[in-house]
Amino acid sequence: MSEQTTTPTYVLRGAAPLGADPVDLVLAGGVITEVRAANSPVAEDETVVDATGLVALPGLVDLHTHLREPGREDAETIVSGTRAAAVGGFTAVHAMANTTPVADTAGVVEQVWRIGRDAGWVDVHPVGAVSVGLEGTQLAEIGAMAASAARVRVFSDDGKCVWDPILMRRALEYVKAFDGVVAQHAQEPRLTEGAQMNEGVVSAELGLAGWPAVAEEAIIARDVLLAEHVGSRLHVCHLSTAGSVEIIRWAKGRGIDVTAEVTPHHLVLTDELARDYDPTFKVNPPLRTAADVEAVRQGLADGTIDIVATDHAPHTREDKDCEWAAAAFGMTGLETALSVVQQTMVDPGRMTWADVARVLSAAPARIGRIDEGPTAQGRPLEVGEPANVVLVDPAARRVVDGRTQSTASTNTPFHGRELPGRVVATFLRGRATVLDGAPVEQVAGVRS
Amino acid sequence: MKHLLSTADLSRADAIRILDTAAQMAATQSREIKKLPTLRGRTVVNLFFEDSTRTRISFETAAKRLSADVINFSAKGSSVSKGESLKDTALTLQAMGADAVVIRHQASGAPHTLAHAGWVDSAVVNAGDGMHQHPTQALLDAFTMRRHLVARGAAGAGGTRVAGDPTGQDLAGLKVAVVGDVLHSRVARSNVHLLHTLGAHVTLVAPPTLVPVGVETWPCDVSYHLDEVLAETAPDAVMMLRVQRERMSGSGAGGGAFFPNPLEYTRNYGLDGRRLALLPDHTIVMHPGPMNRGLEISAEAADSPRAVIVEQVANGVAVRMAVLYLLLAGEASTERAGLE
Repeated sequence: MSEQTTTPTYVLRGAAPLGADPVDLVLAGGVITEVRAANSPVAEDETVVDATGLVALPGLVDLHTHLREPGREDAETIVSGTRAAAVGGFTAVHAMANTTPVADTAGVVEQVWRIGRDAGWVDVHPVGAVSVGLEGTQLAEIGAMAASAARVRVFSDDGKCVWDPILMRRALEYVKAFDGVVAQHAQEPRLTEGAQMNEGVVSAELGLAGWPAVAEEAIIARDVLLAEHVGSRLHVCHLSTAGSVEIIRWAKGRGIDVTAEVTPHHLVLTDELARDYDPTFKVNPPLRTAADVEAVRQGLADGTIDIVATDHAPHTREDKDCEWAAAAFGMTGLETALSVVQQTMVDPGRMTWADVARVLSAAPARIGRIDEGPTAQGRPLEVGEPANVVLVDPAARRVVDGRTQSTASTNTPFHGRELPGRVVATFLRGRATVLDGAPVEQVAGVRS
Repeated sequence: MKHLLSTADLSRADAIRILDTAAQMAATQSREIKKLPTLRGRTVVNLFFEDSTRTRISFETAAKRLSADVINFSAKGSSVSKGESLKDTALTLQAMGADAVVIRHQASGAPHTLAHAGWVDSAVVNAGDGMHQHPTQALLDAFTMRRHLVARGAAGAGGTRVAGDPTGQDLAGLKVAVVGDVLHSRVARSNVHLLHTLGAHVTLVAPPTLVPVGVETWPCDVSYHLDEVLAETAPDAVMMLRVQRERMSGSGAGGGAFFPNPLEYTRNYGLDGRRLALLPDHTIVMHPGPMNRGLEISAEAADSPRAVIVEQVANGVAVRMAVLYLLLAGEASTERAGLE
């Protein structure tokens, strides 16, 4: 079955690629076939999508998503999570390994990959665990996962830190064989025993055990030095502190092969939100101070931080409808990420839409090594490239409602907040997954 | 006032009103018949997720002296790992028609969540939450200080205070040293806010390991040297905090190893006879209990005539009566309560 027979030819009329002058983008056969002058005549068999006033970006790529399946399908499934991703403008997500069972074998990563492929909302790229069971003692079968149908290239114990320096060194070295990367959740465990929120003025007053910035920074400092020593590629997940930005800046200046990500929530929310003990705002790493928020924005703007990744972490109501200490860490993010980046970076003039395409598409695809081959992601919007496109209305404003999102969980920290920008349409290799802002239910068996 | 969750929420007027009401309550407790009819037919639930016989008994006594029906609900252990969630417990109490819930919980903020999650209509009284707050303890401490140091015209504010009825008065000018494990102490947090609101000057004294990061924004001074504070500030009250012996071990929660061993702690931060002698004559010695005799306070200090520790316990009942009364009966029924 070929895509050409099932998918119409789309003309995205008047779309502004990366915010530049409007053109008509033609998507056919899974690729961008033409870039015409805006409002050119269309053929009868072409389907027009009015993209006047909309910005066209390459399909977004999330390097850090928790899809929860297998194990916690009550919080999210691969289907519901990838549908939410498409609604958020994504065409690929990396599914973190901390499922039950843990994605530490070829069998589990292939299962996640297949379910994602069959669902058809986005490309699902499983992340493999670094250590067996995320226990931090023995390397998982990294080679088998890399060689599997899922072709895993990103390895992470996310949720837990690869704390043992020897294990971290071995992992960094081992993934060199297939150009993989270790994505570290930087959290010194002894410094964060029982930690509940950022350690500082607010934690002191609230009497919640502190999660000090140094617990993140100490691990990042160690890891960039390890990566330098063994000549490996390191990715730092969700860095959250001003000090972490400084360390990454220093490491890059030294030529160390390190990349770093920041989450949308760390770009805008602070630990002041803990004052009402609402566990919606309980997340790991914790929300930090306004000075840290400014530092990560600056780091993202100047390229020190390479990408924005959601750390989308759905949780059931019961895991959040309780006292702070009993609540789970994490917040959803797939459906608000682009809006937060627009609000914090584009609207204030600190980044262009081309920068957004870099930090939310090209760079994460490159880090995950999914930017080449038949299902390449994060490519430019040029003729001959895969037709992974998202249309965004930057002038729209919307009030986030956790109850009506596509994710199966309601733990969005932006509930009730107005955010700029709206994803109007998403195309995965020429096939519409989202039109008019709503997911397009997929025909079973259709693969792109 | 709908709930009592934190002393940080109390204005000076609120605090004085509670202390004045407590004084009226205390006066009734010297009568032969101690029981007042004020809260007859109202139900007070003592919801204790953490063992605290002393606090529970104090609240129970207070509620019973006001003729409320009292239900003791002990739910020890983590709510999530060992059975019913806080939400379901709350909904159960709501269904039973609790007018006030007095909650003690190991999780900081649990009373705040109980009060604001929409689970119950009851008034919520925080009887101690994690490392956060223990507002009735601070109120009884302030009440005790006012009785001793304000009513008796002690040296506070340069000795300008005149002895007499402290009703309506705050603690302006008093100097208070709070000594010990500030980091883990809800008593310290509650007292810092309340004493500041009432005009007293607080100095926290602790080893640096037991002072929270972020303390610099608190309305108080911080010192690591007890002898200096006692000798140089001449405090009107010295409040010793309980130190848990497990804090010294390396395996405790939060990393442990806060001080080398109990002997060194006592040497540097314990209140003993020698340090007692450094204090002005009028200075009172306080402790929220239960005491570790020989660790943070010596028997000589604990049993000295300056110690008002047992009186703090008695005042606790009066303060808790006042809080329950103000939350459940309010001003309108002051006359009915026979308090005027």
